[in-house]
Amino acid sequence: MSAVSLAMSQSLVDVGAIDDVPQRGARCVKKGDRTIAIFRTQDDQFFALEDKCPHKNGPLSQGIVHDGCVTCPLHNWVISLSSGQAQGADEGETRTFTVEVRDGRLLLDLEEMA
Amino acid sequence: MEKQKLVIIGNGMAPGRMLEHLFDISPDAYDVTIFNAEPRVNYDRIMLSPVLSGEKSFEEIIIHGDGWYIKHNIMLYKGHKIIEIDRENKTVTSDQCTTAPYDKLVIATGSNPFIIPVPGHKLPGVLSYRDLDDVTAMMLAAQARDKAVVIGGGLLGLEAAAGLQNRGMDVTVVHLMPTLMERQLDPSAGYLLQKELESRGIAVKTSSNTKCILGDKKVQGLELENGEVIDCSLVVMAVGIRPNGFLGTEAGLDVNRGIVVDKQMRTSDPDILSLGECAEIDGQVYGLVAPLYEMARIAAHTLSGDDSQSFQHQDTATKLKVTGIDLFSVGDFAEGEDRDEIVLRDANAGIYKRVILQDNKIVGTVLYGETSDGAWFNDLKKKGTDVSEMRDTLIFGQAYQGGAAMDPMAAVAALPDDAEICGCNGICKSKIVGTITEKGLTTLDEVRAHTKASASCGTCTGLVEQLMALTLGDSFDANAQQSMCKCTDLGHGDVRRLIKAKELKTIPAVMQELQWKTSCGCAKCRPALNYYLVCDWPDVYADDYQSRYINERVHANIQKDGTYSVVPRMWGGMTSSSELRAIADVVDKFDIPAVKVTGGQRIDMLGIKKHDLPAVWADLGKAGFVSGQAYAKGLRTVKTCVGSDWCRFGTQDSTGLGIKLEKFMWGSWTPAKLKLAVSGCPRNCAEATCKDIGIICVDSGYEIHFAGAAGLDIKGTQVLGNVLSENEALEHVVALTQMYREQGFYLERIYKWAARIGLDEIRQQIMENDERRKDYFDRFVFSQKFAQVDPWSERVSGKDKHEFNPLATLDLEAAE
Ligand code: SRM
Ligand SMILES: Cc1cc2nc3c(=O)[nH]c(=O)nc-3n(C[C@H](O)[C@H](O)[C@H](O)COP(=O)(O)OP(=O)(O)OC[C@H]3O[C@@H](n4cnc5c(N)ncnc54)[C@H](O)[C@@H]3O)c2cc1C
Ligand code: SF4
Ligand code: FES
Repeated sequence: MSAVSLAMSQSLVDVGAIDDVPQRGARCVKKGDRTIAIFRTQDDQFFALEDKCPHKNGPLSQGIVHDGCVTCPLHNWVISLSSGQAQGADEGETRTFTVEVRDGRLLLDLEEMA
Repeated sequence: MEKQKLVIIGNGMAPGRMLEHLFDISPDAYDVTIFNAEPRVNYDRIMLSPVLSGEKSFEEIIIHGDGWYIKHNIMLYKGHKIIEIDRENKTVTSDQCTTAPYDKLVIATGSNPFIIPVPGHKLPGVLSYRDLDDVTAMMLAAQARDKAVVIGGGLLGLEAAAGLQNRGMDVTVVHLMPTLMERQLDPSAGYLLQKELESRGIAVKTSSNTKCILGDKKVQGLELENGEVIDCSLVVMAVGIRPNGFLGTEAGLDVNRGIVVDKQMRTSDPDILSLGECAEIDGQVYGLVAPLYEMARIAAHTLSGDDSQSFQHQDTATKLKVTGIDLFSVGDFAEGEDRDEIVLRDANAGIYKRVILQDNKIVGTVLYGETSDGAWFNDLKKKGTDVSEMRDTLIFGQAYQGGAAMDPMAAVAALPDDAEICGCNGICKSKIVGTITEKGLTTLDEVRAHTKASASCGTCTGLVEQLMALTLGDSFDANAQQSMCKCTDLGHGDVRRLIKAKELKTIPAVMQELQWKTSCGCAKCRPALNYYLVCDWPDVYADDYQSRYINERVHANIQKDGTYSVVPRMWGGMTSSSELRAIADVVDKFDIPAVKVTGGQRIDMLGIKKHDLPAVWADLGKAGFVSGQAYAKGLRTVKTCVGSDWCRFGTQDSTGLGIKLEKFMWGSWTPAKLKLAVSGCPRNCAEATCKDIGIICVDSGYEIHFAGAAGLDIKGTQVLGNVLSENEALEHVVALTQMYREQGFYLERIYKWAARIGLDEIRQQIMENDERRKDYFDRFVFSQKFAQVDPWSERVSGKDKHEFNPLATLDLEAAE
């Protein structure tokens, strides 16, 4: 739970190594009251979403990750990791963030998170 | 009245069916004794090919389990071959020197496979294809993954070839005639079939005669008449069968090709009947079950003194049971001066259809590649319908009669009530529809259980499903019922079976081999697959953490606000001051907002933050607590009452037995959650009669209940049976649990599983079959070696640490 140094070029901040996030899993980054979930898919794509389901704020980071989606642990809505959109008949959207991968590190854009 | 003695020689499909009818019409007429040369119960011989190919297990094709014989008081001598019939004294004697007297005798000795007496035919490695022993021998031989030759390109030979190839062998079929299955298929269809087999990698040599089998001590090859030599370590001869009328000949009965019987199945001795493949009726012998089942029905009537029924010859349709090959043939398809034919070919689609007419009536049909109209053609043929009116469109099938094309459902709807749907069992449309409505059936398995339709060779399954859809309307959805999720067309049952058959041991292997349609499954199928693999391969499968629902991943229950609840085990609902004190301390230390006594006789701490979980568990662990698995598709609670320790009515130590069960069974994963209870007397204070498994203690021992529910559905339990001792109760409960673990579909509670496979079947396997029960018990014990690890203490020691900590916490100040 170490606070990381924010002294990076532009507004990108290094939040950890890619291997800290399990495949078909997620880890969270906390900033004040906000929690951002960083997801890693089976084929090593990374996505960052606000850790709140558009349905009833379920913690998406705790869901099952499959293909490009996560199934919410509370009532099984399926949310697209790339768009944040609820799939199928459900309607709603979760905010997405940019996550960059550089030299095996994960970078989030602070300005976006402000 | 003294019961008459009925002795049956042979325990195949024909006499098995005869007894079912007999017990229906005259349940108390006879004391039955059966002698069977094969050392086993009656099984579905037709389904040996799926056993060979690995798509089914032997257990799945048993028709009458041991319990059935016990229930009907039948003395079954397994592995006894009858060597003599003494008609004068009315006795039979077996090769084990057992003699039994009879009032009525039934000879049902089936057929013998024909072995071509070429040089080398006695070498080890030469097999026939008739019974389970042949299949076992073939499976053993296939382990070498070597080359095999099948002699005979008929139904049996091709099924054997496909099965052996499935098992990893390199297979060549050698066939005497110019085209395959020439007795059922005309040359065009035979050719298409050959092409299909060849494209699957099976070599086919037609117009080839075997000269000899090569090898010194065992098979090394096979030489054809033309001098060609094929290397192989296994030769399967499937060149035909000979009715086994030997005993009849010896006993001086009339025997031609088979034992001659009249239309009531009586031989030349009125006290002796014969049926099945060994019987000859009107100069005909039969080799498919449909006419044999008809013989069985008639023999049962004859035995119960009713001579009004008589055997009618009927053509039987043939289908090849090789997955992915659709073929249908019925009747006579030879060409002739007075015959006329209509042919449809679609080379690209690999479709060939031919209908043979005589006097404007159908006498034969051959369909290859597209067989859905088989039932309709067969119906026209049986009824002798004059087809001149629809001659132009006949070959396109039923859909094209009377104007617009019909969809398959409409076609089934248009079939007449008496159209035969299941050829093996002679079940017609009205019987199926009637039973569905009358009994309120909703699943295919139920329809199979109640009507026998689709229960033998299974090729009519599609038709039966269409009938169900027709009868039940929107409430029946074959696909929803069948496929696990949108990632696959396979249902849970198929997937479970194929995991075993193909020895698939990882989720990627399952998805690859069973052709999953998505790259990594979904939240429905992944947890299910993970469970099946944990259950089937407990020692080698590595649990896939990311395929578990969050509760099972972090071993606590997620709450609506993202916090967690923690429920430690309180064995059998017993606790102590030190346990309660430890809980109180944990609640204070971690500022836990709610503490509740659950409906499962233990204590729930709610509202714990995720990152506090390991520390909470560490403290609870010091007080001796382990996880209560309140989140698991696994053993949850074992509720008990105070029992004979304290209660004035208690008959046994219900608390002790509950604790024993919980300590023995905790940690195991099950298809859905599993809740037990033990009550000390029939007042039932532990509510054992609405649990998945419950025990009611009584003076004389323990009454074991199962299949109850008190959640979304409310169901009183059914009685499994009574046992005398605590240890027996434990063994039975554990065996029942393992049976459920191995057969249940993911998320299917015991009561649903039991309804699907039948209460009697479960009782039979657990209460009556000691060997089976012991095996289940042993397998459960084995898997517990890998399951009884407290997940909380593992995590206190650092497992899955990442789960409980954020990846990073960004400093707000610095960010500004
Ligand atoms: C805590 C408890 C209620 C209580 O405060 O007493 C409870 C709480 C929950 N039950 Fe329950 N059930 C609890 C006893 C029961 C009982 C009573 C019993 O076991 O004697 C039943 C009826 C008996 C039965 O199972 O047939 C029961 C039938 C259900 C069902 C319906 C299951 C069904 O197949 O019909 C669900 C829903 C499900 O599993 O899908 C459910 C689901 C739940 C869940 C897991 C809902 C969820 O998915 O989050 C609740 C979790 C709360 C938590 O975090 O702890 N709970 N639940 C009880 C925990 C018992 C324990 O010590 O482990
Ligand atoms: C691999 C395979 C696939 C098949 N596929 C189909 C199909 O798709 N459709 C179809 O309709 N049919 C099929 N059949 C044929 C069908 O299985 C048989 O027609 C049917 O099983 C015959 O039943 P039965 O009772 O006459 O004889 P069997 O089932 O052969 O039973 C005879 C029994 O008698 C025992 N016996 C013999 N002599 C003695 C004695 N002296 N004393 C005591 N016991 C004795 C034998 O051990 C045997 O168990 C197939 C058969 C095989 C082998
Ligand atoms: S009955 Fe069970 S599932 Fe429903 S609110 Fe209560 S605890 Fe939750
Ligand atoms: S909160 Fe995500 S589905 Fe309800």
